[in-house]
Amino acid sequence: SYFLRHARARNYVSESEMCKLESVPLDFGDYHPLKPITVTESKTKKMTRKGSTSSTSSSSSSSMMDPLSSVLDGTDPLSLFAAAADPVTTASPTDGARRKRDKDESSAVGSDFEPWSSKRGEILARYTTTEKLSINLYMGSEKGKATTTGSAVSEKVRTRLEELDDLEEGSQKELLNLTQQDYMNRIEELNQSLKDAWSSDQKVKALKIVIQCSKLLSDTTVIQFYPSKFVLITDILDTFGKLVYERILSMCVDNRVSLPDNFSPESVNDTAKETCLNWFFKIASIRELIPRFYVEAAILKCNKFLSKTGISECLPRLTSMIRGIGDPLVAVYARAYLCRVGMEVAPQLKESLNKNFFDFLLTFKQIHGDTVQNQLVVQCVEIPLYLTLYSPAIDWILQCIAYHAPDVLLTEMMERCKKLGNNALLLNSVMSAFRAEFIAARSMDFIAMIKECDESGFPKHLLFRSLGLNLALADPPENDRLQILNEAWKVITKLKNPQDYINCAEVWVEYTCRHFTKREVNTVLADVIKHMTPDRAFEDAYPQLQSIIQKVITYIYDFALLFSVEKFLPFLDMFQKESVRVEVCKCIMESFIKHQQEPTKDPVILNALLHICKTMHDSVNALTLEDEKRTLATLINGFIKMVSFGRDFEQQLSFYVEARSMFCNLEPVLVQLIHSVNQLAMETRRVMKGNHSRKTAAFVRACVAFCFITIPSLSSIFTRLNLYLHSGQVALANQCLSQADAFFKAAVSLVPEVPKMISVDGKMRPSDAFLLEFLCNFFSTLLVVPDHPEQGVLFLVRGLLNVIQDYTWEDNSDDKVRIYTNVLHLLSAMTQEAFIYHVDKVDSNDTLYGGDSKFLAEINKLSETVVSQILDHLKNLGKEESLKRQSQLAHYFFNTILAHGDLRNNRLNQLSVNLWNLAQKHGFADTKTMVKTLEYIKRRSKQPEMSHFTDLALRLPLQSRT
Amino acid sequence: MGTTLDVRVKRAGKVYRDGEVLSGVVVITSKDTVQHQGISLTMEGSVNLQLSAKNVGVFEAFCNTAKPIQIINSTIEMVKPGKLPSGKTEIPFEFPLQMKGNKVLYETYHGVFVNIQYTLRCDMRRSLLAKDLTKTCEFIVHSLSQKGKLLPSPVDFTITPETLQNVKERASLPKFLIRGHLNSTNCVITQPLTGELVVESAEAAVRSIELQLVRVETCGCAEGYARDATEIQNIQIADGDVCRGLPIPIHMVFPRLFTCPTLETTNFKVEFEVNIVVLLHDDHLITENFPLKLCRM
Repeated sequence: SYFLRHARARNYVSESEMCKLESVPLDFGDYHPLKPITVTESKTKKMTRKGSTSSTSSSSSSSMMDPLSSVLDGTDPLSLFAAAADPVTTASPTDGARRKRDKDESSAVGSDFEPWSSKRGEILARYTTTEKLSINLYMGSEKGKATTTGSAVSEKVRTRLEELDDLEEGSQKELLNLTQQDYMNRIEELNQSLKDAWSSDQKVKALKIVIQCSKLLSDTTVIQFYPSKFVLITDILDTFGKLVYERILSMCVDNRVSLPDNFSPESVNDTAKETCLNWFFKIASIRELIPRFYVEAAILKCNKFLSKTGISECLPRLTSMIRGIGDPLVAVYARAYLCRVGMEVAPQLKESLNKNFFDFLLTFKQIHGDTVQNQLVVQCVEIPLYLTLYSPAIDWILQCIAYHAPDVLLTEMMERCKKLGNNALLLNSVMSAFRAEFIAARSMDFIAMIKECDESGFPKHLLFRSLGLNLALADPPENDRLQILNEAWKVITKLKNPQDYINCAEVWVEYTCRHFTKREVNTVLADVIKHMTPDRAFEDAYPQLQSIIQKVITYIYDFALLFSVEKFLPFLDMFQKESVRVEVCKCIMESFIKHQQEPTKDPVILNALLHICKTMHDSVNALTLEDEKRTLATLINGFIKMVSFGRDFEQQLSFYVEARSMFCNLEPVLVQLIHSVNQLAMETRRVMKGNHSRKTAAFVRACVAFCFITIPSLSSIFTRLNLYLHSGQVALANQCLSQADAFFKAAVSLVPEVPKMISVDGKMRPSDAFLLEFLCNFFSTLLVVPDHPEQGVLFLVRGLLNVIQDYTWEDNSDDKVRIYTNVLHLLSAMTQEAFIYHVDKVDSNDTLYGGDSKFLAEINKLSETVVSQILDHLKNLGKEESLKRQSQLAHYFFNTILAHGDLRNNRLNQLSVNLWNLAQKHGFADTKTMVKTLEYIKRRSKQPEMSHFTDLALRLPLQSRT
Repeated sequence: MGTTLDVRVKRAGKVYRDGEVLSGVVVITSKDTVQHQGISLTMEGSVNLQLSAKNVGVFEAFCNTAKPIQIINSTIEMVKPGKLPSGKTEIPFEFPLQMKGNKVLYETYHGVFVNIQYTLRCDMRRSLLAKDLTKTCEFIVHSLSQKGKLLPSPVDFTITPETLQNVKERASLPKFLIRGHLNSTNCVITQPLTGELVVESAEAAVRSIELQLVRVETCGCAEGYARDATEIQNIQIADGDVCRGLPIPIHMVFPRLFTCPTLETTNFKVEFEVNIVVLLHDDHLITENFPLKLCRM
């Protein structure tokens, strides 16, 4: 059938008046949802105790309960936990002091103590070897002894011993030729088998494993691996210590009440005590010194079950027991372990820590003794390397001593070290373990000591490095600062080995940046360049160089200042490996984006940063990951956004042109550039208050041209479509009509290329939703686009409709018809005398045609075509499986007519009634919606000139679902 | 499993002294009811003497004296013949540990040639068809504290090549000087043996220094006796070439069961000694012997 379509005449102004929400005078006394919360009663505390359930009761009270504030007064799990964890705050004031003292004495060390776990990784990474290692495990090692005691052993005992041996026979092994990784795996296996043995109640086997493991610590072959071996094996010992402690603790559970953390030995029951004693007796009978020491130290904590003074008696004994260990390296690590356990179990017992260190000083001369020297010759290890093996242990011991120690003690320690020939090894450990403030305050003394200290093989550059690390953390006295730098750098600059040099320089750069001006920084950078350039030494030092850059940009984030450091850019040139260079560039750009507050036009900054951005951009190739590209693009975009030449728009545009040629491989950057240029055009319009002069008009056209030629180089089709539309709008706003036309035409001709599926975030998705959205947007814009004088009426709308007609839509999709329905909205808007919106200073079709009848006839013709298309489609949906869609579409179309059609027209009126019936025909209509619609019609009918709606409402029957 | 029998004494350490009451429970677990001909509990204590192989030929007459010497033996009837219900039955008992006359309750000791052991044995007699059930449980006897105060008897020692006996070629020995002291050779058995040792000088590198605890067991009577020294434990106190001039602690815990207060009776003797063994790098072995007197306080 063939219908003439009549658009309802609209008066947009009065309609918008009418549609505005009714304004209600505000009565401030009343309740209002946005009124600030005032608490009139302070009941909240009590109620919130009940937790979330209190919300109902709170509504009855006059004070509003703010859900956020209720979280803040201690009922949320975090603050509850915090409150519970801190007994001092909850304790009553009278015993508060006592409790506090208890806590200080017994609790573990504070968080300002760098824990062992953080050292662990460092040691494992630093002390490595390529030599082959071996593990000797004789699980049944007692066998030989048992049989030698001879024939007299009673038969029963002997068979029992043999049984034991049989049990372990399989685990007697010697593993040779292990690589470091194998070795670590083996140790991990042992750790696991310890846990397994324990959990399967084979306590004897567990003990044997631990003993065998600690025996490995007496073996100093492949000495350069010893520190790492120590780390691995003490892990096992820690595990063992914990297992034993927990087991005995679990035996103390009486009536399901476990012991408090701070239990006294009296509250431990006899069975637990007996078990604990058994362990100690068993360990006391271990033949060899080193395993006996380590295993006893591992279960040191268990002394708590036996007596109050147990630990304080044990620690000194274990300390002096170490004197029996002949090898100084083995001994110092044993001391480190004891300090570690001591700090964990009884940090208040400082005496033993000090004793350990003094004992170590007493045995210090052994390091240069014959036994050690012979061993080093056999293993081909140089003295400097050997000495660095001591560092982790001594560092740790000193760190334990220095923790919360008074300055007097530290000074005494220093004096003692000085007396011992002012040894470099000790000095280094003192510097790495003591408080940075302590060291920094005495920097000049330390420099003097470093200078005159007896090197005895310990590398001096490490000393300067340690000092530098302290100075990076704490400030030396104001007056000494320059002298310190001079003294230190004098030595550093003389270092021949580039690795040694850069390790030192890296640390001292921070100090320089912190306290001095760009002049000194520049000098330092220049010196680094001088040292690292010969023989391309920088190639082996990228991490250090990178860290130097990082430190520099952390302290100098004013980029004008940064780039005025002459050696900064030459320094960057040392990063010749591309991946590293890009990393560095990224760091710099991140810092720029983070710290640059004002847009800039400083040519130095622009040139340097363009160069840096170009470097990043040029690293992009076919293999670059999407994520990486995105990161780079974001950084470059951040830079582009920060560039502003103020009112010099032409300069700005030429910057964008330059940027485009530089960053053509990164699409997001191009997109940003197009947006920036559009923004520039709009900015020009704003400055000219909409009236372009000849000059500005030309400039704006240049901007538009920029966009027009840039858009086609993008690959994402929706980006292109949206940018065409957007740029067209900008062109229109700037009165560049023909350019706007060109954009819209380009968009129209691009629509057929939209693929059915597009990739969104790496997943293939159907594109129809995006297309629908774009087209609606496009049509809305087309309302205000005036017709081209040489093209026909509604040239662009027709063109777009043709494209939609020809586009291959999904077979079972209604998108096309939905668009057509939306086109009807456009067409009815076009028939109005004055359009709903306009572009300033652009005459749209309403003005151009002035409601010319020919124009209206064209629109009507178009409408007819569209309506007939819609009706055809509805008819085609008559099949069983598509009835639901038919109902929905019919209802949608009905709504459109209701909103935009003039229903006084009989045929249209009839059409709408038919559609209504069609929507309900097969029972797919949503009754609720239909009822609402009908109510709406009835309500509308009461408005003036809408009386025909009453008729209509009568003709629309409501079908019940049944 | 059918019926199980278990004897449990009350104290976790199972340690009792003369005059105390040994208490505990006999636990019987069974799925069914148990028919029995009575349950009895026996306390036994005996000294077992064994002769070392090398001595047997020489002292054949010994066979007679080597029989176990009974210290204590008493039995009580716990339950008269009857039935026990199914499930777990606990029967408590109390046994006074008392010596008759002026006999002495020796301390528990497990040695090589001398063994002093105390057991509790529970017997459940059953009818012909079922086997009798027996369960033994060892308990440990500590002797009473000795009266009087223990006088410490410190010993200083110096070891040089000159002080050594049994040396073949004194000239080939490396020079060394080891000094030290034991805080006391009269030791309380529950306290460790303590002292100090200083390697003042040694030409050869030290490899190891060990404490060797030795028991000396003597079995015999008027006809003759056998005396044997065997190692109980060996504790290393220094490993490797220790620092010269630095005192190294001597510290040894006396192992339980394998040591007891020094014991002297008409039939046998148990004594203890400690050896300080220094092992030098060229396989020289230097031993210094100290007899100990152990007692319980």
